[in-house]
Amino acid sequence: MYAFDYQRPAGLDEALAALRAGEDVKVLAGGQTLLPTLKQRLAQPSALVDLAAIPELSRIEHGPYFLTIGAMARHAEVAASPMVAEAIPALAELAGLIGDPAVRNRGTIGGSIANNDPTADYPAACLALGATVVTSTRRIAAEDFFTGLFETALAEDEVILAVEFPVGARAAYRKFRNPASRYAMAGVFVAARDGEVRVAVTGAGQGGVFRWNDAEAALSADFSPAALDGLTLDPSDVMADLHGSAEYRAQLVKVMAKRAVAAIAS
Amino acid sequence: MTQIAMTVNGRAVSADVEPRTLLVQFLRENLLLTGTHVGCDTSQCGACVVHLDGAAVKSCTMLAVQADGHAVTTIEGIADGATLHPMQEAFREHHGLQCGFCTPGMIMTALDLVAHHGADLDEPTIRAHLDGNLCRCTGYHNIVKAVEAGAKSMGSALKHAAE
Amino acid sequence: MNANSFDSSKVTPLGAPVRRKEDRRFITGKGRYTDDLARPGQTHAYFLRSPYAHARIRGIDTAAAAAMPGVVAILTGHDLAADGIRGLICGWMIHSKDGSPMKAGYHPALAKDKVRYVGDHVAVVIGETLNAAKDAAAAIAVDYEVLPAAADLGSAQAAGAAHIHDDAPRNTAFEWELGDKTATEAAFARAAHVTTIDLVNNRLAPNPMEPRAAIGEYDAGDESYTLWTTSQNPHVARLVLSAFVGLAPENKLRVIAPDVGGGFGSKIFIYAEETVCAWASKRVGRPVKWTCDRSEAFLCDAHGRDHITHGELALDGQGKIIGFRVKTTANMGAYLSTFASCVPTYLYATLLSGQYDIPAIYCEVDAVYTNTAPVDAYRGAGRPEATFLVERIVEKAAREIGQDSAEFRRRNFITSFPHQTPVILSYDIGGYAASLDKALELSDYANFPARKAEAARRGKLRGIGLSNYIEACGIAPSAAVGSLGAGVGLWESAEVRVNPTGNVEVLTGSHSHGQGHETTFAQLVSARLGIPIDHVTIVHGDTDKVQFGMGTYGSRSGAVGMSAISKALDKVEAKAKKIAAHILEASEGDIEFKDGHFTVSGTDRSLAFAAVALNAYVAHKFPTSEIEPGLKEGAFYDPVNFTFPAGCHICELEVDPETGTTEIIKWVAVDDFGAIINPMIVEGQVHGGIAQGVGQALLEGVRYDAEGQLLTGSYMDYTMPRAGDLPSFVVGMTETRCPSNPLGIKGCGEAGAIAAPPAVINALTDALGTEDIPMPATPATLWKIAQGQIARRAAE
Repeated sequence: MYAFDYQRPAGLDEALAALRAGEDVKVLAGGQTLLPTLKQRLAQPSALVDLAAIPELSRIEHGPYFLTIGAMARHAEVAASPMVAEAIPALAELAGLIGDPAVRNRGTIGGSIANNDPTADYPAACLALGATVVTSTRRIAAEDFFTGLFETALAEDEVILAVEFPVGARAAYRKFRNPASRYAMAGVFVAARDGEVRVAVTGAGQGGVFRWNDAEAALSADFSPAALDGLTLDPSDVMADLHGSAEYRAQLVKVMAKRAVAAIAS
Repeated sequence: MTQIAMTVNGRAVSADVEPRTLLVQFLRENLLLTGTHVGCDTSQCGACVVHLDGAAVKSCTMLAVQADGHAVTTIEGIADGATLHPMQEAFREHHGLQCGFCTPGMIMTALDLVAHHGADLDEPTIRAHLDGNLCRCTGYHNIVKAVEAGAKSMGSALKHAAE
Repeated sequence: MNANSFDSSKVTPLGAPVRRKEDRRFITGKGRYTDDLARPGQTHAYFLRSPYAHARIRGIDTAAAAAMPGVVAILTGHDLAADGIRGLICGWMIHSKDGSPMKAGYHPALAKDKVRYVGDHVAVVIGETLNAAKDAAAAIAVDYEVLPAAADLGSAQAAGAAHIHDDAPRNTAFEWELGDKTATEAAFARAAHVTTIDLVNNRLAPNPMEPRAAIGEYDAGDESYTLWTTSQNPHVARLVLSAFVGLAPENKLRVIAPDVGGGFGSKIFIYAEETVCAWASKRVGRPVKWTCDRSEAFLCDAHGRDHITHGELALDGQGKIIGFRVKTTANMGAYLSTFASCVPTYLYATLLSGQYDIPAIYCEVDAVYTNTAPVDAYRGAGRPEATFLVERIVEKAAREIGQDSAEFRRRNFITSFPHQTPVILSYDIGGYAASLDKALELSDYANFPARKAEAARRGKLRGIGLSNYIEACGIAPSAAVGSLGAGVGLWESAEVRVNPTGNVEVLTGSHSHGQGHETTFAQLVSARLGIPIDHVTIVHGDTDKVQFGMGTYGSRSGAVGMSAISKALDKVEAKAKKIAAHILEASEGDIEFKDGHFTVSGTDRSLAFAAVALNAYVAHKFPTSEIEPGLKEGAFYDPVNFTFPAGCHICELEVDPETGTTEIIKWVAVDDFGAIINPMIVEGQVHGGIAQGVGQALLEGVRYDAEGQLLTGSYMDYTMPRAGDLPSFVVGMTETRCPSNPLGIKGCGEAGAIAAPPAVINALTDALGTEDIPMPATPATLWKIAQGQIARRAAE
């Protein structure tokens, strides 16, 4: 690692001030992606601002219409939260499938979506559930938040405070893990609400997380796994690498989508 | 340099460290607690797992400064004096280790598993929870047996204590 | 204490599952691995590695880097050469068909003129801290003339391929043959059926969980070096570094391999980094420490396997195998590593008879350089490659002629021993039908069709696969391996030191890095001398303590290493009997030694072992003119033959055709390892071997691109077997005692890794109904094959 300064402010204002205080200051959330990146000397921030000491960022709240998860809530906390299990069980299940147990004890939802790795899990839930990302300056609809591979709408000095998920949808997440890295090779989050179906896909899109519109239309007409039989993702939009061709990933997306639908339907 | 203070295996420690010092480096190089190992550089092998405030974390993917003010437990801190922890005893009894390099991380992860899932564990649960711990020697067969037995014996110890 | 445990204050019988003595330090974090050590004043080495697979070095400018803070020294191949340090060696000479010696290209520890693979060593930066060394390495300017790379094995011998070593035309190190070509051709001429197969044995990264590490320290006072290193064979390392590399005379070089976290072959070899750390410690006058990152390990640890093979099997009209013809191209990587040349030759082609009575075999092997990391022994070393070929082609042949593959195997088994194969080896003993029968029973083979049908109703493709492997272990006797080109003898040494109070230290040339020698070796001593196991300490891994030894690989430590201990114990017992005879005033021939007591036959006059030990040192009660005081005996044991562990593994699995995912439902392993000292440890070895074999079959594969860039450079892309990828294993044993060593041991360390890959692939070919399934059979690969099969069936 290159050298950097480190601060762990106790309040949000202090954190924002620290972020603005220098060039290339980075937020440190759970660190499960940032630290490996730094270890490989792929980034050289001047300072890290650790958000771990700001208690309000870790809150999980369940209101009548929304489940609000603080940006610093760890994956393990979300997975084990009775509140999440009651409000959106699929989200608890998704959190319990991220990385491995030790990674889940550190990784945070804010860190995950701010990084927007094309193989991360949370972005699919955000898109499918129509979440809103609450930041230090504004509220951003998930649709507008994820802008490309490792790209988001966040400004340099903007901090994610929480993610707000509307409750009430029937939802399920199914993922096929990359055999080596355990990241998603295809992760599909299906959410159905009042006849509207959203299908969000991670791990497969060349541009990162995306909604599979054809599947949404088919499922809106007939919410059954069989409704997806005739569909195929266009392989030219799908990632290909050592672990699988675009054609294979397209197949996995379809199978995971069908399995998510089946899980909801049962 | 940043000054940090934390509790490691029940003992208060403090030091001046560079912020880029990883927790595992601090444990191994500053505190000479070399039972925590480094087996990879992509946060996957789990040889470096320790507990931070009771939860398993990969000490190669955490800065020492992040542990400032917290309690860290390593493999050196789980036995009760000369009496092995039941999970340590189970690894020995069931031949859950060969070269021993992954073992500290395995044991620390196993304790996290018991904390999350209780003492009565089935094989699929154990195998799933070991997803972040690689072993090249045992084929996991005896590790799974050891974790199951260690958990049971932790459970009966707790029950015994409660009675 | 659990009822199963063995009390360490007791005598431990052979064959008992004694719990390991070494475990306490490992489970309490008190193991001492090389990276756990810190020497006063130590510096940190970081290696600048080639980013190119093939390039000429026009110049290295270290000036700016050397001026950076915290830099102690920057050393290059020119500095090595200036100090007279010679290149790394390959210790097994192979001659080509035409009689010419192999073309072993020069292998400097730091490249001087040319780099030949990504990760090749260009310079070492020695810093006060590792960060300082890394910072400076980034500031070294290397002027490379990038050359075209020959990274692909299949095309490296072609005209026009980049030329890696000047003295190796067509990038070919040797073109070797074994067997009787004429007899084999005659067999094919009269064959009723010929089965052919084309296979790739995939390249693997060994991945012991402890990365390699080294600390070199030079003592200017007595002009000697100490090297702490992650080695499976510290004595061989010392010999090579002294006699060939020219670092220092043997008496001025101490090599210590402390606790070592797994090896699997990859820590046999004498690498550049260890050599440089030792050498550089004199240059900088301070200890030099290096610890490999996992990503570096993928680049520079020797890889394993990597063959392309064409095989042909000739059958007569009754389904009897009458001939076997093989052509293999073996990847050596960019340089010949320490034992690389023997792996695809004498450890491979000699096993092509498998468990079968095959009258004629002929094998040709081309060993080929590529611009990739060196390839050398990895768990099984040659024998997995042979077994994969034999067990795949036998399976395919049985299917082609419509015979049950278990019965086809049985009809072709060798049934009388000793059996001379047409490929050098003479099998001393075996019982192949017994292990097959037991495995068939444990796997409920007879009812497999019903299980397959039930799986089909669930939409799953179920398959069952057999693997009847054989291996040659022990790697001996010395004269025999010498005649085949080995640069060293392959015996083992032991010294049994009985202390005056009756406890014992055993010094062994074997090296334990997970195998549990501190327990099994002590178990042998405890049982033989009738003393508690905790009165026995095993000492290994230090050239200043143990005089010489060959180290641990090739499943040889039981058969060879323990036999050496057994031989030394014979001598201890013989001398102790002499001493006991004097004390008990009886004739030596009347002394019996049993249960730790020397007794005058037919009387109750007896002395405990410890009493005799004390008397041996007090030396008051026997004539020292006839019997020297003390009780310490050494032995060098050279076996009379290889040993031949064999067995049958059966894998039953299901493939999900929607995703291509394989689930192993059941694994049955029935092995014949001869006599067993500690079944708990033996079963553990089997489990670990199977996991590595399953890894090869389903998960693991090192991949380079056409330019020689490593694509699988970390655990993000190289799939290691995880707990969830494997089932619990059913392990059974059969036993035919090995007649070639005093303990009857055959060896168990590699069996699983040898047996497993063909068992998996035979099960997959059964499940999917096609013979063409490559390793690793990843979900993506199997999905594509399953789709093809579904389409083919639909078309039919």
